[in-house]
Amino acid sequence: MDPEQAARKKPFEAVVQEQGATVLRVCRAVLGVHDADDAWSDTFLAALQAYPDLPPEANVQAWLVTIAHHKCIDHLRAGSRRALPVDSPPERPSRLGIPGDGHAELLDAVMSLSPKQRQAVAYHYLAGLPYKDVAVLLGGTPDAARRAGADGVKSLRNALADLPALAHSLSKGELR
Amino acid sequence: MTPEASTDQSEVTSLLGPLDDGLEPALASLHARLALDAQLIHTLDIAYRIVDSPVGKLLLAATDRGIIRVAFELEHHGDVLQLLANTVSPRILQAPARLDNAARQLEEYFAGTRREFDLTLDFRLSRGFRLNVLQHLPRIAYGRTESYAEVALAAGSPNAVRAVGTACATNPLPVIVPCHRVVKSDGSFGGYLGGSDAKRALLTLEAAA
Repeated sequence: MDPEQAARKKPFEAVVQEQGATVLRVCRAVLGVHDADDAWSDTFLAALQAYPDLPPEANVQAWLVTIAHHKCIDHLRAGSRRALPVDSPPERPSRLGIPGDGHAELLDAVMSLSPKQRQAVAYHYLAGLPYKDVAVLLGGTPDAARRAGADGVKSLRNALADLPALAHSLSKGELR
Repeated sequence: MTPEASTDQSEVTSLLGPLDDGLEPALASLHARLALDAQLIHTLDIAYRIVDSPVGKLLLAATDRGIIRVAFELEHHGDVLQLLANTVSPRILQAPARLDNAARQLEEYFAGTRREFDLTLDFRLSRGFRLNVLQHLPRIAYGRTESYAEVALAAGSPNAVRAVGTACATNPLPVIVPCHRVVKSDGSFGGYLGGSDAKRALLTLEAAA
């Protein structure tokens, strides 16, 4: 590789444009919509600082997901020390009788998974990391990461199958 | 990937679709917040914005020292940003605030109400004789022109006429540093990095005001 090529690293703006949505989806899946914005901001600010030192041939998405993983853990820890926000009381049962578009129910279902399941589902399915890389982030074996991902998906299916409004549209056979 | 695995993938992404609710507006405000935060902790090495002008969209880029680059569409803004990433720093964000003043002065210039720019410039992309030439150019008065030979003389190297042409053709700060005011001795426009139409437009604007 000639030096010209070696020096080639995209302007950070391109990284934000290309990866911003994926990282936000990952943060939302791991933390919920409420805290995801802060985790996204922390992630990209840290990434911007470290960007000049990133090897040009590095996998930028995997690098960002790794940073996001750590920032999300910070928020999970901070969140467990914090009182629940008053604007989102646990009122899931009352929603069952009022079938909406299912979005609130999905978000509730995601948050009902264990943190490890949420992380496995987010990193594997939303960020496209292979389970061996997910395992590096979560600790443990690739098989354990795969199980967490599979259990997470199963719980999501089950939680959503209980909702009459969603049951038919999310039944496996009818998905595109 | 096995067929089963890919079914799983598409099912899960569609299950998680609601996570995309309001994603675009959220990203827009997060981007703005990132630009502000980065500026505050001094990690934004280059801020840029794109402004409309009578000579097409202009890219304006600034470091913490000043305006480092003005680029015409003809130069391909993506290529210009990549070159800045390679030569100055890849910590580049679209962050309009740092360029508010430059954008306003350019607007006034194109409206014919400004004859001189009062901006701090970062000349680090230019060295040696080219830098001498660029530093002479603002002394060519608004609405006037000089020939390449006259500029060579003023920059201290009367024989370097061709090098003056190169300095103008590689001016990183066109419009603000007025290389458009340098024309051929026979009175024809000569080349311009924004295209000869842009050069004609700028000289016509200045002649009219």
